[in-house]
Amino acid sequence: MNLFSIVLRNLRQHLLSTVITALSIALAGGLLMSIWVIKQQSQETFTRVNIGFDAVLGARGSKLQLVLNSIFHLEASPGNLNQADYDYIRHHPTVRRAIPIAVGDNLKGFRIVGTLPQLFTDIEYTPHHTFTLLEGQLFDPSKKEAVVGKFVAEQLHIKVGDTFHPFHGLAYDPRNQHPETYRVTGILDDSNTPADKVIWIPLNGLQTMGGHDPKAANDISAVLIQLRSPTSGFILDLMYNKQGNRLTFAWPIGAIVADLFSKISWFDKVLTLIAYLVALVSAAGVLVAIYNSMAARGRDIAILRALGAHRRTILGTIVLEAATIGALGMFASFFVHFAIMATVGTIIRNQTGVLLNVMSYQAVMLWAPFTMISLCALGGLVPALKAYRADIASNLAPIS
Amino acid sequence: MALLTLNSLKKSFVTPTGERRMIVDIPHFSLDQGEQKALRGESGSGKTTFLHLIAGILSADAGSILIDNHDMATLAESKRDRLRAESLGYIFQTFNLLQGYTCLENVLLGMTFGAGTDKKRAIEVLERVGLGHRLHHYPRQISTGQQQRVAVARAIANRPKLILADEPTGNLDPINSHESLTLIRETCTETKAALLLVSHDPTVLSGFNQVKDFSDLNQAVKEHIK
Repeated sequence: MNLFSIVLRNLRQHLLSTVITALSIALAGGLLMSIWVIKQQSQETFTRVNIGFDAVLGARGSKLQLVLNSIFHLEASPGNLNQADYDYIRHHPTVRRAIPIAVGDNLKGFRIVGTLPQLFTDIEYTPHHTFTLLEGQLFDPSKKEAVVGKFVAEQLHIKVGDTFHPFHGLAYDPRNQHPETYRVTGILDDSNTPADKVIWIPLNGLQTMGGHDPKAANDISAVLIQLRSPTSGFILDLMYNKQGNRLTFAWPIGAIVADLFSKISWFDKVLTLIAYLVALVSAAGVLVAIYNSMAARGRDIAILRALGAHRRTILGTIVLEAATIGALGMFASFFVHFAIMATVGTIIRNQTGVLLNVMSYQAVMLWAPFTMISLCALGGLVPALKAYRADIASNLAPIS
Repeated sequence: MALLTLNSLKKSFVTPTGERRMIVDIPHFSLDQGEQKALRGESGSGKTTFLHLIAGILSADAGSILIDNHDMATLAESKRDRLRAESLGYIFQTFNLLQGYTCLENVLLGMTFGAGTDKKRAIEVLERVGLGHRLHHYPRQISTGQQQRVAVARAIANRPKLILADEPTGNLDPINSHESLTLIRETCTETKAALLLVSHDPTVLSGFNQVKDFSDLNQAVKEHIK
């Protein structure tokens, strides 16, 4: 019978306490890993989301607002550009492609965005992947037709051939229904980008929607831009942001999103701190659970000593027991972690259309269990030292 | 040939009032290999302390305890643990079985710190004490007499040279007491282990050819009586 089988029998003997303590460690470990992975994954994923563009040109305002509005389909549009602005940028020698978008309408809260069919045919939203149709076909830019992201189609139960009336504004208000009727011609396959949460219609359709200002019929909300070379961005940045004062050139998209994360970094620091505290409390739980059972174990320890166990064997047994509780807890923590990640991943997907890789490996999955098990072993050292110093003879009573 | 020889063994404790009190003061005692000896003594006479000193559970203040040429009194604690695990078997009045372990596991545990576990041997000794059908029962699932038999099996499993028995029948009824004592003596004979038993029970002591009064042996008791 080796040390580990003695430990397993001790754990079996105090099963309820073992299970409860291991569960608290599982929750703490799962929380710690999830916070870490969500932080890493969302930063990594969101700063990569650019649906194939390098920059966005829009009305003068915040670059972040421009990116959130035109790439992530969140936030309000900072304003409009006129046709001349669009014509100028699309013919600029540094620009490879420029796709205009117009926003301002919704269908039951899902954004309706006007654009050109080239967005779906010419643009790789991620390297080597263009948008593909799950069924149907692209809209005809001259007709009142729509292509719907798969997520929207599922949420609103939309099929190819269905018709709908757009609603004015970005927030759904049943009183603001437009008279125009659009027919769904295709459903886009999942791209795991914010594009999945959008109903796409011809640019012209949105510009000329009944109730919109006729004077702004040629205006667009933003231009999504692919540059010919990375250095082109500097030229346009200088031209629009430093020398000009009417438009904003948001470039590079990833850096702007990263800036958002750095602005809210205090928040994940708070979350991480909470996770560390939870982990510390759980490790203290191991200490308390074993320490509280020491009175009952006094006799067992004395018997082991009487049978020839060294003091250091007893010390090792208790520390190993604490570490084993930690290991059991951390094993279970992976289930907690993946459950949290699946839930959070679904929420983020529903809110933004962006799919986090919830099963991705992160270094935290290695160091968190190692740290947690070490903390538990450290917690076990306190009762272990008490056991180490315990007097055998007085615990083997009665004395004759 | 002497297996156990004690000379000038002394052990004292500090009482709650701060006074140092001599508990064991034995000028000489010996036990031959395979010999079975009983010591008669009343409760509180220091019998358990005496056995604890021999087993190395307590360290002596002075004197020597030679067991198979190893002086338990001067060995470092870890070596005393080793000697106890390898050469001694201890049968307690309260059996001291671990409640979370089955009968078989209790016996295996008794072997762990000595020569090492031998499942075949553990089953063999449990069968020898009549518990071959209770291998996987926990102590709470068997009778008091059976618990004592598990304790006997655990004590002899390692083939020790010396068995120490401290009031081994103190918690048993007369029938179980007799059976248990017979078992202890028979198994010691079979394994050629020497037996040193301490008891205050005349029935238990009557079975031994060699019975000594602990008070004759222990000068500290004489002092207290004076």
